[in-house]
Amino acid sequence: MLAHAQPVHLLVFLIGVLLAGSSVGLTGCAPHEPPYALHDISGLMPQLAFNLTDQDGRVVNARDYRGDVVLLYFGYTHCPDACPTTLAELTQAMRRLGAASSSVRVLFVSVDPQRDTAAVMKSYVGFFGQQFVGLRGDDASLSALAKRYRVAYHREPPEPDGSYAVDHSSAIFIFDRTGRVRLIGGSGNTPEQIAKDLRRLLSESA
Amino acid sequence: MTALSIATFVLPWEFSPTVFLTCALTALVYLAGQRALVRRGTAPGIWRALAFFLGLGLMYAMLQTHFDYLAQHMFWIHRLQHLVLHHVAPILLVLAAPAAVMREGIPIGLRTQLRGSLSRLPRLKRVLLLVQHPILAAALFVGLIYFWLTPSIHFTAMLDANRYRVMNWSMALDGILFWWLMLTPRAAQGAAAVGYGTRIVILCIAALLQILIGAYIALHKSELFDVYAICGRAWTLDPLLDQQLGGLLTWIPAAMMSGIGVLIVLRLLLRESARSVPAAALRGVAR
Repeated sequence: MLAHAQPVHLLVFLIGVLLAGSSVGLTGCAPHEPPYALHDISGLMPQLAFNLTDQDGRVVNARDYRGDVVLLYFGYTHCPDACPTTLAELTQAMRRLGAASSSVRVLFVSVDPQRDTAAVMKSYVGFFGQQFVGLRGDDASLSALAKRYRVAYHREPPEPDGSYAVDHSSAIFIFDRTGRVRLIGGSGNTPEQIAKDLRRLLSESA
Repeated sequence: MTALSIATFVLPWEFSPTVFLTCALTALVYLAGQRALVRRGTAPGIWRALAFFLGLGLMYAMLQTHFDYLAQHMFWIHRLQHLVLHHVAPILLVLAAPAAVMREGIPIGLRTQLRGSLSRLPRLKRVLLLVQHPILAAALFVGLIYFWLTPSIHFTAMLDANRYRVMNWSMALDGILFWWLMLTPRAAQGAAAVGYGTRIVILCIAALLQILIGAYIALHKSELFDVYAICGRAWTLDPLLDQQLGGLLTWIPAAMMSGIGVLIVLRLLLRESARSVPAAALRGVAR
């Protein structure tokens, strides 16, 4: 079939395919800036957007946090290990940032709004610091936000005493001052790494 | 199951007009063609229509039901999704040989117009012939599996909705191209015809390379694809068990498809030689 096509064309095509394949993994990296410690996911996910209620019962959306660097994390207050550990690490990162952390907001979105009432959320996030905001919403707005950032959560079967666990993502999505998604972190990142990357995002203008 | 939970499973997780329209249009054209051929009494056997709709239905179910949610949040379900998109569904579609039926389903006026505009696109034909070169087709078939399973690329494909769509489309389209090249009788392949011996060699190499990557994933001692832990799994499952199941699906059933492919090619070969032997014998007598 390719008897008529010139072998040179075939060779050029093959080299092109190989080059295209090997360069895809590199796109998104600016040529001169050192890489972030966290995964750079600029442009891979949509702009921050949601409609939820904060720990004071106020209806809030993403525009209320424009101008700040925003961290988005899904969890719940009955969480035995992952959430308190992650939030405590974020508290440490805030301490490292010092005064600059006043321009950072950590949005802790409950995947268990049934038990996480506004009052419960208020005392829980208050424990971690000024920058922490507890957000909750009905099933529809919660699943819309989870779908937007492609995260999953599900309730485990209840224990005999009626308590239950909720399995959820470990991702920390980080948005710049304009609400664009920039980084994704997880339980593998240290407070130092997070603070270092946040400092860089804070130095950008809104 | 309640009506609500059935609806949640059957309705798309992320509705795609492109997938919906492509599948619906393909089904409608096929049905129209089948009706025309039945009226003329020249319709092919019912099993071909069954294979066609099973293949098309499987493609649709993989992409436009709640299954897609599970595939986004569980590695082994994702591998199952690609096994169907890249192997099972395309094999069924190719075995159904729907081109002749579908041609009858296109209105005559549009048919000549289509043929006319296709003949004015010699470059398209050349590109198709190029990607259907047996070596390139095999490299593309196996290369896509390796490409989307490169951990850093897999990570972004599962986060970015656009890359995710490109990934699934590339698997489905390449599956159809590859299995058409492997399983269609040579006489029906026109300029792209590939010999049966070549096909068997390609299928064996493809199987070997899929066994390699599948075994590598299944036997790997640490997590290769952390995106499922970062974004959360559809249900609680040990990450390494998820990875092992996904690796096994890439390894055994995917390689078995090559085995089935070889059997089909052998059958084509036997049928053609059975047909050509009496003809040659007759020629011998005439001489």
